Amino acid sequence: MTTTTTTPTRTGRAAAATADYLDQRTSVGGAVKEFARKVFPDHWSFLLGEVALYSFVTLLISGAFLTMFFVPSMAETEYTGPFATQEGLHMTEAYASTLRLSFEVRGGLLMRQIHHWAALIFMASIVVHMMRVFFTGAFRKPRELNWVVGFTLLILGLAAGFTGYSLPDDVLSGNGLRITDGVVRSIPIVGSYLSYMIFGGEFPGTDLIPRLYTIHILLVPALILALIGLHLLFVVLHKHTQFPGSGRTDKNVVGYPLFPVYVAKAGGFFFVVFGVLALMGATMSINPVWNYGPYDPSPVSAGAQPDWYMLFLEGSLRLMPGGAEVVIAGYTLSLNVLIPAVVVPGLLFSLLALYPFVEAAVSGDKREHHVLDRPRNVPFRTAFGVAVLTAFFVLVLAGSNDLIATHFRMSLNDITGVLRIAFFVAPVAAFWMTKRICLSLQRKDRELVLHGHESARIVRFASGEYIEVHKPLDEHERWLRVQHEAIRPLEIEPAEDARGVRRKGYRSDALKQRVSRWFYEDRVEPVTPAELVAAHSHGEHDALEAVPVEQAPQLTGGGRHLVEPTDPDAGDRRA
Amino acid sequence: MSTHDHGHDRPQGDVALRGAGGTVGAAGVPARFEDPGLEPHRPRRSDLDPKAAKRAERQTVVLFGVSILGTIVFLAGYFLLPLGSSEAILRSNLALGLGLAFALLGIGTAAVHWAKSLMSDHEVVDERHPVQSSPEVREIAVKALQDGVADANVGRRGVLKGALAGSLALFPLTIAVPLIGELGEDWDVSKFKHTWWKAGTRLATDPDARPIKASDVTIGSVVHVIPEDLEEAEHVLDEKAKAIVLLIRLDERDLKPLPGREGWAYQGIVAYSKVCTHVGCPVALYEQQTHHLLCPCHQSTFDVSEGAKVVFGPAKRPLPQLPIEVDSEGYLVAQSDFTEPVGPSFWERLK
Repeated sequence: MTTTTTTPTRTGRAAAATADYLDQRTSVGGAVKEFARKVFPDHWSFLLGEVALYSFVTLLISGAFLTMFFVPSMAETEYTGPFATQEGLHMTEAYASTLRLSFEVRGGLLMRQIHHWAALIFMASIVVHMMRVFFTGAFRKPRELNWVVGFTLLILGLAAGFTGYSLPDDVLSGNGLRITDGVVRSIPIVGSYLSYMIFGGEFPGTDLIPRLYTIHILLVPALILALIGLHLLFVVLHKHTQFPGSGRTDKNVVGYPLFPVYVAKAGGFFFVVFGVLALMGATMSINPVWNYGPYDPSPVSAGAQPDWYMLFLEGSLRLMPGGAEVVIAGYTLSLNVLIPAVVVPGLLFSLLALYPFVEAAVSGDKREHHVLDRPRNVPFRTAFGVAVLTAFFVLVLAGSNDLIATHFRMSLNDITGVLRIAFFVAPVAAFWMTKRICLSLQRKDRELVLHGHESARIVRFASGEYIEVHKPLDEHERWLRVQHEAIRPLEIEPAEDARGVRRKGYRSDALKQRVSRWFYEDRVEPVTPAELVAAHSHGEHDALEAVPVEQAPQLTGGGRHLVEPTDPDAGDRRA
Repeated sequence: MSTHDHGHDRPQGDVALRGAGGTVGAAGVPARFEDPGLEPHRPRRSDLDPKAAKRAERQTVVLFGVSILGTIVFLAGYFLLPLGSSEAILRSNLALGLGLAFALLGIGTAAVHWAKSLMSDHEVVDERHPVQSSPEVREIAVKALQDGVADANVGRRGVLKGALAGSLALFPLTIAVPLIGELGEDWDVSKFKHTWWKAGTRLATDPDARPIKASDVTIGSVVHVIPEDLEEAEHVLDEKAKAIVLLIRLDERDLKPLPGREGWAYQGIVAYSKVCTHVGCPVALYEQQTHHLLCPCHQSTFDVSEGAKVVFGPAKRPLPQLPIEVDSEGYLVAQSDFTEPVGPSFWERLK
């Protein structure tokens, strides 16, 4: 603290003069007052969204580098360069320039590999960030719209990844485009025309790479940037959610100020993310297109995989039995392609996008929520999320079924058969198991609150009875386990009023109630103070009336649950 | 905003059971527990021990130093390491990448370490306010909109409103129509139904276009085939994408030709489209023992001995067969084009 008002240093005076100059022209002082000490809560899982943001910045930096050397053209050329195995091969300018920027531009290969790794990490962090938001209920009011913005970013991320992956025009990405062509053609009525529209005529044509390039470096990134801006604007407007704990409520936000703590932490974290991506680009080869060769419609390599975020589509296509293709009045309807490539992903993504609105409707909850849920306290949501993830995971496995077959020496056909069944059975099983685990964890929480920690100290009474000494939870430990409210199923007005007149809107209410029951019927209520008192007096939770409050026992000791007295001012309990 | 100093207002005993205000249960016990308030702040080692603080400062400086070293390594690698051979490229990539990684990780870890060990870690509490604007603000906003509507004077001018909506709805067509109209070039989707194969086109090897003599194809062998004159096509890759064929010679006793296709093979040599009828990948893997052709993309499996019918996977239709014979010089030639569209299904495939 050398810069004080009494004895300003030279830098201090310069800073003050600059600030004054700026403020007179921009009124930036208001923004600084508003944002400089804005409080953000701390939790490791809040970094996941930051990873997505910083890998996107890394994508912009490395991508701008690549555009200086990449030639988005499908004009044919003959390769001459240092990579001997490709010498004299015919290829497109796109592929040739990819080789050139990898082998003849110093740092070019590094930038390409960083760019590709960053794309994979970008998608992965978006997905994991979304899981965090979903499982903690961070999408609840007032953040439903920001969930939709985030969801749109996920879709745009897929679009960015897909268009970028196809640009080098190698055999692998070319076959990916051919699959795209097949999928587009399966769309009823307009499929063939859509295919012509995308490829500028027949596949592969000579238009596609320039078109993808414009989408990849201009349209999609511009949309992503704009939506990231909106996403963060919402975060500032709503203030960040916080995990439950002592002193954290829906009316406050507890954490550290933006300046200096998060400027240093978040700013530093950008360099960490970029640094890790650079490390990956330096040491791990990715998408070595020179091994695949330039695109040619004839060759294909076995065991080829798309980037991970496309695997589920590949798996979905693989699982579908072919018999589903039908001909109606002479027109071909390729349900064997349409269902796995359009309907299934459409369904999974719609469920994801709409869930916050469904939950808001069936919980009847209109309040603002800023304290996050512990996933166990919302068993239906947690189980539903796990079920959707399980379906996704089965499809990812199906997308790798050939690798599983070769690595574990199993029959490809059997794996496919098992996964076909698993796609339907596994999500249901996962839903059921997750819900049971959540309810059990809640019961465990109740048990802990009521009876305390087992101390492993066994005491024998004079009567010969043995008992384990329990250490009660301190108030902060207890608060974490009792702060939530268990949501109960909706209660609705009866179908008819007092005079027997049928009420309008009863049917939709009844439907809502049925869904609400499905969501919230199985629940475990948090411990109430009365139950705690009862537990310590009799060990019977239902014998409340017998305990006048003046005689309510101290929470240490008593009943069948011998507990150790604790001193609230004792040292650090968490040590 | 206030920095809480907990520990002073710590309750003696159990706050939850004392008058928790509001709802009180039957026995005078509160209905819900009460928030005990923030936990007390725990000082870090660097808060208590100036030596630890000094050490943290030194560590931060060292990390920034690592970053500077990383940049130097990067620049040295850039100026000193040549490219040329694959080993040289890998060496350069590793040196530049490690230099860059340390340059970045040094800054990142230093900043985080600084924040975690030297900056204040007292939690700060900020109030939240309801997101919705206050009733007064809402009232003013509604009033502003009503005034605006009144000023615009469009209340009863239906035709004007219609004209505005109509012109706004129509003008985007000036961009959309030519854009969509031109994207598909000639829009002649019937091209899906024809390939480069014609009666008498010689079957040639892919990619060097050598014509194939029937006598050169041994039993069990597979040849990747293109039309001999493919290079004459205007768009070679477009034609190749449809015309690729797999030539396979089976023992004639294993071959069960479909009715009406008895003359399509020549001495056990059959030719099938290589474009999968599922979504169009090249069906490239042949298993000699079972006569099965497998598409590596989605594992549709076709039985070559029985008209390439589907035996497994997501494809519905058999691979189209190219009828072949031999010409006077003994070279394999096509009898005609494929008799059905090759590749994935599409809406008007059978029309």
